[in-house]
Amino acid sequence: MSYVAIADRDHEQEHHDPQTFLTKYIWSQDHKVIAVQYGITAIFVGLIALGLSAMMRLQLGFPNQFSFINPENYYQFITMHGMIMVIYLLTALFLGGFGNYLIPLQCGSRDMVFPYLNMLSYWVYLLSVIILIISFFVPGGSTGAGWTLYPPQAIMQGTPGTDWGILLMLASLAVFIVAFTMGGLNYVTTVLQARCQGMTLMRMPLSVWGIFIATILGLLAFPALLVSAIMMLFDKTLMTSFFMPAISSMGVDPGYTGGSPILFQHLFWFFGHPEVYIVALPAFGIVSDLLSTHARKNIFGYRMMVWAIVAIGGLSFIVWAHHMYVSGMNPYFGFFFATTTLIIAVPTAIKVYNWVLTLWQGNIHLRVPMLFAIGFIFTFIHGGLTGLFLGNVTIDLPLSDTYFVVAHFHMVMGVSPVLVVFGAIYHWWPKITGKMYNETLGKWHFWMTFLGTYAIYLPMHYLGFAGVPRRYFAMGNTEFLPDSAQDLNAAITISALFVALTQILFFVNMIWSLWKGPKSDPNPWDATTLEWQTPDHPPKHGNWGHELPVVHRWAYDYSVPGYEEDFIPQNVPADKAPAGRDHGEDH
Amino acid sequence: MPLAVVLILLVVGSLLFHLLSPWTFTELASNWGMVDFTVDVTLYVTGFVFVVVNLFMAYCVIKFRYRKGARATYEPENKKLETWLTGLTAVGVAAMLTPGLFVWAKFVDVPEEAHVVEAIGQQWHWTFRMPGADGKLGEVDAERISNDNPFGMDPDDPNGQDDILVYNPEVHVPIDKPVKFLLRSKDVLHDFAVAQFRVKMDLVPGMNTFLWLTPTQEGRFEILCEELCGIGHHTMRGAVVVDSAGDYDTWLANQPTYSALNAKPAGNAGIGAAQYAICASCHGQQGEGNVAMNAPKIAGQSSWYLKRQIMNYKKGLRGTNPADTFGQQMTGMVAMLADEQAVDNVVAHIRTFPDNPVEQTSQGGNPMAGAKQYSVCAYCHGKDGMGVQALNAPRVAGMSDWYLERQLRYFRDEVRGSHLQDYYGFQMGLMGQSLYDEQAMKDLIAYINTL
Repeated sequence: MSYVAIADRDHEQEHHDPQTFLTKYIWSQDHKVIAVQYGITAIFVGLIALGLSAMMRLQLGFPNQFSFINPENYYQFITMHGMIMVIYLLTALFLGGFGNYLIPLQCGSRDMVFPYLNMLSYWVYLLSVIILIISFFVPGGSTGAGWTLYPPQAIMQGTPGTDWGILLMLASLAVFIVAFTMGGLNYVTTVLQARCQGMTLMRMPLSVWGIFIATILGLLAFPALLVSAIMMLFDKTLMTSFFMPAISSMGVDPGYTGGSPILFQHLFWFFGHPEVYIVALPAFGIVSDLLSTHARKNIFGYRMMVWAIVAIGGLSFIVWAHHMYVSGMNPYFGFFFATTTLIIAVPTAIKVYNWVLTLWQGNIHLRVPMLFAIGFIFTFIHGGLTGLFLGNVTIDLPLSDTYFVVAHFHMVMGVSPVLVVFGAIYHWWPKITGKMYNETLGKWHFWMTFLGTYAIYLPMHYLGFAGVPRRYFAMGNTEFLPDSAQDLNAAITISALFVALTQILFFVNMIWSLWKGPKSDPNPWDATTLEWQTPDHPPKHGNWGHELPVVHRWAYDYSVPGYEEDFIPQNVPADKAPAGRDHGEDH
Repeated sequence: MPLAVVLILLVVGSLLFHLLSPWTFTELASNWGMVDFTVDVTLYVTGFVFVVVNLFMAYCVIKFRYRKGARATYEPENKKLETWLTGLTAVGVAAMLTPGLFVWAKFVDVPEEAHVVEAIGQQWHWTFRMPGADGKLGEVDAERISNDNPFGMDPDDPNGQDDILVYNPEVHVPIDKPVKFLLRSKDVLHDFAVAQFRVKMDLVPGMNTFLWLTPTQEGRFEILCEELCGIGHHTMRGAVVVDSAGDYDTWLANQPTYSALNAKPAGNAGIGAAQYAICASCHGQQGEGNVAMNAPKIAGQSSWYLKRQIMNYKKGLRGTNPADTFGQQMTGMVAMLADEQAVDNVVAHIRTFPDNPVEQTSQGGNPMAGAKQYSVCAYCHGKDGMGVQALNAPRVAGMSDWYLERQLRYFRDEVRGSHLQDYYGFQMGLMGQSLYDEQAMKDLIAYINTL
């Protein structure tokens, strides 16, 4: 080894344990506390976004029935729902939440390499959330431009929230990106520099791989959103014309000239498509670990899985314009982007095969995290396959901007990652809190969420086939649509409200567990990865007590022949247990 | 075990849903059957994978469920299997991509003989323009757009003089002839989409985009805007009417050219005064309105709006619904106006009336609550309620409040705005949907009375 990882420099680095409640739980620099802060904040805003989706479903399912929903706030609901779910919930939860918790623990580090920056990242994230929430209460309300914020519409007066809402939205995004950059640099540096002795890259759990590559994607993609947010702020406040051509808006010439609305779309999706994988890759990684642990079997094709993550991450930067096939961009782009997009299906399919092949010849424990993991495979297969429709440029002609798109991206980017989020919370809950949750309640939560969401999104694809456009407040009399389309919409709304309500089970379970739940075993799932081998349970500040762990094997030594137990933790030396399959050299 | 059973049921259920669903593509009405073919190929390939992989997973969940004493097999990799799966996936992907690229190549290559129709989008309407006999469209410019020149035509461009201008969200095309829709937006992004034609494309301000198709069925096909364009997005509808060659020629001959519109004499208030005599018996000598006669105030209303409504009555787009008894009266009265010029004359005369305040009759409304309702209306009708011609929104402030209330009710009950060609009325019906409770309506009127 040519360098000494920071986490290995035990004597140089002093760890002052926090002294007061304030430094322990509020201004904490402990990655585990920051993870929980990120998680709670993200779930809180996620609940707001869930409420917004209930409002929009009420309107779509039962138009004219609710006087508190009008076209103005409807478009504000859909915009804020989308933005919060994608950025402030999923990105923050997977990277800020799980990234913070898992990277140091699974890599065998004491903490992130820049703990102060890590703390700052959370507080700046909280600031972006506060700005976001303020935008609901300013005159004119939050922006109703759709989460894609396409100009010119996003800053012209025909759209709700163009007085203050759009300004605060753009400002909040800029602040969020600052927060993400502080966290993201930390995650990447920690993975590269602070792994414990013996933890080679090819021994890392796939959770860390997914989070690591997703963070790199984020660091490269978010700047595109940052510059477009800043340019649009200038277009709005200083009358620059980055994205604004000469137009006549409502009979008035607003004075712009020479800008390009398509340029914004390229910048937005240059960020926006990798963003899909910023959410998906951590989910891919985490679900791999859940499947392997609960099937008592090594993940199938580990090296292929790692390379698939890397390949998907790389390809995700050259497919963005598949969101723009019918945007009016140069139509010849369609050939290139359709080809790259369908190529990305290959590594993605490999991941699915390998998950299913991990179950093959396993010894499957259908505990709550495993139910969510298998549910994820089902919904992800569905969402991935419908992506092959929309990624194919020709099929976008009838289907883009219809409910098929809404159904597709909710299946692949909403339901699937959220099932992983739940699976992961149930899986690591005992480690985070030291308590067990109620298994029965968890299973009910799974079944209702899984079946309920499928009942929402499977039918929704068919509204898209029939030609129902997305982002319509109401259809009115549209001749080519059968009347039954409205009945289907009502049924979807009922499913959606049902799913929203069943999330109460989750919160009841978690609160019950904290309050009265039984103490958990330090390694209740007999897992191999390092976070389950901590000397304290739950792990304390600094994670490893006096001595850092030393890793001797990859993360998936389950059911190794010739060893009595069906798992061998990563820190068990080779002379105490058979080596299994090992891709890294031992030190 | 329940999980495996559910997975199998979900696979079977999804297939059944697919096969039995009444919600599927509309009947094709263009040459783009190849699009449907590509969709079908994709459905078969993805459907196969969906069934096989999920059933295999369900099998694993049953076969390899936890048993005491059982042990998983240790198999980190299987190169051969992984290579095969990768190869097969690549073949499947190629099978879907190939027709996709092939059809797209046709889509981006417009046939030379295609005739051109320019579809123009604005918040929240469609208008159309076609080249005249010279086959060339005149220059247009966003900066020239005004109420008198809604298309932004260059008055000095000879190519534009014979351009045919359709200020109406409905356009006709002949059957079996390829047509290239040139797409232009005045303000924000829009999208020209006709479900039965299968193709769509965004309209982008500052540039021209296009799509092409050959209509293969006669009939009326709705245009939907499918790119979020502001609060009225869902009301931005239009229609492409596919005619036989003969019907198309008749329609075309009735559309005005740019130079004909310019040459048209303005309304003559003097001549209109004589014709107004009959209107005066109900609407009053000065157009002040008469609630007892169910005649609203018309003085101060925008001329373009008065003209459109009179023409709507004449064409039967309004006042034909049996529940609209007062409208039916109007239909009888406007028959006295012989032609469009007569309408222009009468409207010009109405324009000369003083705009005196009206007596407010509405009671029981809370203007504070109404202000909230009106924030939606203000997008089109203006914060001051004076109407915005560019948005086809008439004045609502300072007009007869009882009439306003009655019309809101008519829009709600589809007494007004339900005629297929009354596109602006249809919009009002959709936009007003959130208003439809009696108190909200009264509150709104009370607020408008304060403007």
